[in-house]
Amino acid sequence: MTTASVPLPAWINYGLIPLLNLVLAFFFSGLVVWAIGESPFEALQLLLIGALGRGEGIGFTLFYTTSFIFTGLSVAVAIHAGLFNIGSEGQAYLGGLGAALVALAMDRYVPWYVTMPFAVIGAALFGAACAAIPAWLQAKRGSHIVITTIMFNFIVSSLMNYMLVRVLIVPGKMAPETRTFLPGGQLPKLDWLIAMFGGKIGAAPLNFSFLIALIMCFLVWVLIWRTKLGYEMRTLGISPTAASYAGIRYSKIVMITMLISGGLAGMMALNPVMGASARLQIEFVGGAGFVGIAVSLMGRNHPAGIILAALLFGILYQGGAELSFDMPGITRDMIVVIQGMVILFAGALEYMLRPSIVRLYQQLTGK
Amino acid sequence: MSLDSPKEHAIELVGIDKKFGTVHANKNINLTVAKGSIHGIIGENGAGKSTLMSILYGFYQADHGEIRISGKPVTIRDSQAAIAAGIGMVHQHFMLVENFTVLENVMLGAEGGQLLAKGVASARKELKRLEDDYGLEVDPDAVIEELPVGSQQRVEILKALYRGADILILDEPTGVLTPPEADHLFKVLRVLRDQGKTIILITHKLREIMAITDTVSVMRRGEMVATRKTAETTVEELAELMVGRRVLLRVEKGAANPGGVLMSVRNLTVKDSRGVTMVDDVSFDVRAGEIVGIAGVAGNGQSELLEAIAGIRKPSSGEIFIDGKPVAGVDPAGLRDLGLAHIPEDRHHMGLVLKFEEYENSILGYHRDPRYGRGPLLDLEAMRKDAEEKIGKYDIRPPNPRLRTANFSGGNQQKIVVAREIERDPKMLIIGQPTRGVDIGAIEFIHKRIIEMRDASKAVLLVSVELDEIRSLSDRILVMFAGKIVGEKSGEAGEQTLGLMMAGIAA
Repeated sequence: MTTASVPLPAWINYGLIPLLNLVLAFFFSGLVVWAIGESPFEALQLLLIGALGRGEGIGFTLFYTTSFIFTGLSVAVAIHAGLFNIGSEGQAYLGGLGAALVALAMDRYVPWYVTMPFAVIGAALFGAACAAIPAWLQAKRGSHIVITTIMFNFIVSSLMNYMLVRVLIVPGKMAPETRTFLPGGQLPKLDWLIAMFGGKIGAAPLNFSFLIALIMCFLVWVLIWRTKLGYEMRTLGISPTAASYAGIRYSKIVMITMLISGGLAGMMALNPVMGASARLQIEFVGGAGFVGIAVSLMGRNHPAGIILAALLFGILYQGGAELSFDMPGITRDMIVVIQGMVILFAGALEYMLRPSIVRLYQQLTGK
Repeated sequence: MSLDSPKEHAIELVGIDKKFGTVHANKNINLTVAKGSIHGIIGENGAGKSTLMSILYGFYQADHGEIRISGKPVTIRDSQAAIAAGIGMVHQHFMLVENFTVLENVMLGAEGGQLLAKGVASARKELKRLEDDYGLEVDPDAVIEELPVGSQQRVEILKALYRGADILILDEPTGVLTPPEADHLFKVLRVLRDQGKTIILITHKLREIMAITDTVSVMRRGEMVATRKTAETTVEELAELMVGRRVLLRVEKGAANPGGVLMSVRNLTVKDSRGVTMVDDVSFDVRAGEIVGIAGVAGNGQSELLEAIAGIRKPSSGEIFIDGKPVAGVDPAGLRDLGLAHIPEDRHHMGLVLKFEEYENSILGYHRDPRYGRGPLLDLEAMRKDAEEKIGKYDIRPPNPRLRTANFSGGNQQKIVVAREIERDPKMLIIGQPTRGVDIGAIEFIHKRIIEMRDASKAVLLVSVELDEIRSLSDRILVMFAGKIVGEKSGEAGEQTLGLMMAGIAA
């Protein structure tokens, strides 16, 4: 009550506080590492070198970052309209079907750059379709969007199992996946981007969808802060009563917002499906939808913040994989613990340090 | 009251100073309140009254200064400490659990032990004693939400007394009361004073200060500018001290010159979300060039009536006509296109998005207008220019369209809404509580704008719980009680008559 309303300069709000939260997260992760008998400093070093040390590591880091940007934007757009979309995971999964169908249909006939816009649209449409029913239920029936989007994650998961096992599977093969797309259905690697900084991309799957993600960041920024629709979304998100006063139709904005949110989540599929594995595989989303929630929270629902937060989680994913490879004592589960710490301190406990920082700030500035 | 020779001071504030960032909310405040007196504190919004009381009640810590209770210096870190020091607070918005009984609410936070039974018994006994001593009759087993507002407020006072308060702070206590309820409250306060309690009354209503207080202190811009014995001052002097210049307390307006009917409401019935009928078969007309006031105690259906006319709430039956066209069911955006402007009752939740910057709020509801950007895009440059014009014309301070709306004072926030709605040059204007929580200077300004609208042949429908406001602005007054219009009076109707009608007693 006494400190929450005290305004702080932007560099403290958006710079110092997130940084301190991050330091805390690493400190407690370090304690865990130390408790199982490994050196925390060595672990941190391995993690950072693994994620950023070589061109290939950077390629992997940015590959993960790409997925998290899409899902982070998806969550953020919904939050601006006051909607908590927990269904990015499922929306991305179904988006993969959209992207894969386009790739399968077009890859024989046209080069990738012709396929790509259709794949973007296909992925977005399928993702949006997945969000449409929960959105409609929220808008017209008042069913809580958190519950319905969670349930749709399961529905999509079952649907995709069926599609991959029964429909899209290559006859005679064991793996529940589509055939490998031809180059006309693949997104090219961004080896030139890594090469610009003097690195080699190696086996890293960083691909063109990274650039699509950055473009989407810009478009989302325009949407939220520079369009009338974004104005209506923000009004509804902050004050539903003010929105109804202003003649902003609740059901319309809920529907549009969720379709955009689902569409952005759907586009995430471009990265792993068309950029990396060149086929639609079971469970390819791998939790990126849920990480998107943390990314959006940490990035304060702003595209610029989302890029930074997605990069952080990209580093954790890639660095963590390297770490568990180099330090046998640290298993894959440990990495999940570290990621959990970051989510805990940067997301859930975001305001823990604020009161003391406010007091310190007031003392230093002479009240 | 022996004001001339106060034996003891209940409260002494010495050199209280508080800054919020660059805002100097309290500047070296000295205040002495005599034991067993009713002390009024008046000042415009943002004058620092609330900050000062929050410091006394432990919400904020003063940067400098000392608080003395009965002569002893105390440190009040939080509300617990305030209660321990014998200070009780009755907030403007009640802090009651609506579906608890009176007894449960009074006990809340002072249950005494893990098991309830013993605490309940002693609380019941104590409550009975308080009722007998101070004439605060409330049924201890009544559920709060079923009690009228006046009784709920008595529960708040009981809560404070139950915790052993010797000093009661009341923040704008009459805002939600009917005139008879307010009179009852004053009676209670006098009894409390005569029993030795000390009462601090924060209000912006000068008449109340004159009616009930023994002494009064005036705050302006964070400073305590004067303390007077109430008997030795006048309303005019206090108003001048508050604002720092002479103010017109009475609105000057010429005779109305009504034209044709612009808006008519026929047999309108509106239910709230629980299905309770809030507006019951209401019919009336508003003509061009007249101000029709709807008087009534808050909660008698005026809010729902306004929202139905504004298109926010769907009426369950009846019809609304604008220029002869039926418009029930048309949404607020459509009604704006028909020339209906709406200054809503609640600027915090309806009229403004407090987290928005000022210029964003100055287009709320009109944001689809091409002048604020072509196609789907917003033209921020045009928005800011438009906002700056309104800021200049309506003297909105600080004159900064990039400032967060929440950081403007109540009066300036209301001016943002008024500017937005009036500057569209609407045909009809519906207004709810135009000056709630607005300082005197801004009230004068807003009232002038409303009368200008009337004189420009607009139809104005005004809802207010401030009877003075209704009486001084309206050409015709409709009184609402329990969802029905129980009578119509001319603008010159007496306060007594209207007050009785508002209480549902006489038509």
